[in-house]
Amino acid sequence: MWEALQLDFMRNALLAGVLVSISCGIIGSLVVVNRIVFISGGIAHAAFGGIGLAFFLGFSPFLGAALFAFGVSMIMGVVSFKARHRSDTIIGVLWAIGMAVGVILIDLTPGYHVDLMSYLFGSILTVPTSDLWMMVILNAAILLTVVIFYKEFIAMSYDEEFAFVVGIPVRPLYFALLGMTALSVVMTIQVVGLILVIALLTIPPYIAENFTRSLGQMMAVASILGVCFTLAGLGLSYAYDLTSGATIILVAGVGFFVFQMIGLLKRKGGRHL
Amino acid sequence: MKTPAIDMKGVWFSYDKTPILKDVTLTLKQGDFLAILGPNGGGKTTLLKLLLGLLKPDRGVIKVLGESPHDAKYRVGYLPQNTDFNTTFPISVMDVAIMGRLSRYRIGKPYSRDDRSQVESALKQAGIWDYRHAPIGSLSGGQRQRVFIARALATDPEILFLDEPTASVDPDFEMGLFELLRELNRKATIVIITHDVGVISRNVKSVACVNRTLIFHEEGKITPEMLDMAYHCPVDLIAHGIPHRVLPTHTEE
Repeated sequence: MWEALQLDFMRNALLAGVLVSISCGIIGSLVVVNRIVFISGGIAHAAFGGIGLAFFLGFSPFLGAALFAFGVSMIMGVVSFKARHRSDTIIGVLWAIGMAVGVILIDLTPGYHVDLMSYLFGSILTVPTSDLWMMVILNAAILLTVVIFYKEFIAMSYDEEFAFVVGIPVRPLYFALLGMTALSVVMTIQVVGLILVIALLTIPPYIAENFTRSLGQMMAVASILGVCFTLAGLGLSYAYDLTSGATIILVAGVGFFVFQMIGLLKRKGGRHL
Repeated sequence: MKTPAIDMKGVWFSYDKTPILKDVTLTLKQGDFLAILGPNGGGKTTLLKLLLGLLKPDRGVIKVLGESPHDAKYRVGYLPQNTDFNTTFPISVMDVAIMGRLSRYRIGKPYSRDDRSQVESALKQAGIWDYRHAPIGSLSGGQRQRVFIARALATDPEILFLDEPTASVDPDFEMGLFELLRELNRKATIVIITHDVGVISRNVKSVACVNRTLIFHEEGKITPEMLDMAYHCPVDLIAHGIPHRVLPTHTEE
């Protein structure tokens, strides 16, 4: 295990895991309390269209995914306001079209066989240092935004109607949240892949919500849980030579079920008190 | 003359194709204490949401303190009808109530000491200060409603809108609440939606009855026309055992 840390790619993997866990803890908490998990899933999958486009035109897939995810997140935001009752359907459609576009564009890219698996299930072991710096910047931007507008985000998330009545710009905040979700999702794709993003975005906040008393605490606990899951998953995948993204998610999944069981037992025990 | 607190002219509103409000006209002066009565589904809450800018009318003009709702440069206090949402949200009583101190002018700035003391007195007035650290989801329905009343009070509003403030609180608190509202009414206009006609005779200055259309009575009396229009009103009257003096006869008028 310890000799693994001597390796550059392993150090980068650990750092990427930590950085992604922090953004997932913060944004995931907002995603969970605002009930936009489905939108986040849509953004993650539609981002694949951007990856395809980047390969086709020959620029960085990270940038392609980021641009595409951001654009799709804004469209989804508009849809959820304009077509409230069918927004989930439209998000589902965008979700699939985004992926299809990505696959076709990669097909059309001459002489280049992209390892699709690395985008579907992550490539934490090949995160270049330049991407780490990108993650640091994105994390800082997300953290700063959430800290500055903390009380407004709480108001929007808890009681959107009241927030609107007292003059909080609810829509711009909502779009800011979607934009930040898109950026977090793109970072997370590197670590666990676009199919598994949702788990890292939702499991730690879901567990954290149950024993925290404020959104800030929820974000902090979710980030710490995310770090634990990611590092444990990475260790296990190294030790047993398993796919790292899937191992991380399974560790988180085990955490999820253990927590559910404890909750169930507590409630049962609570009745006797 | 002072700008009216509320000025509605020919306001129409419908959900999809179902008309909810037809040609509503209402002028309410500042410092008034208005009770809005009417049957369920008659459009009371819709009327309130129009005044708050949460809904936009199909036709007609709405002015609140001389400005369009929501753009009005004042602070409104608002108690929603339903306080039973988001009960798993990790938030304390204090943090819910302090939302009353939010405003568009202080976006991005933390709450001040002044905000905290305003909220403290609002929570004390609502009798829920002892629970300030409790998670909102751990409270009973009545306790939660007190928290939301405190939040509305903490706004220190020029107009206070309350949708069924006494729906799930106990009678003792109800009396205290109206005492508080009368006190507040010295400097703020109050608009309250209620089913409880008993409240009206004792506290309010004017009454409106809403059932698709609106009838307004400036002297706080329930007129026979209101009863004609919204025949649910007399049912409530009987049910609550209210003295007949709220029902003036024609000779009195």
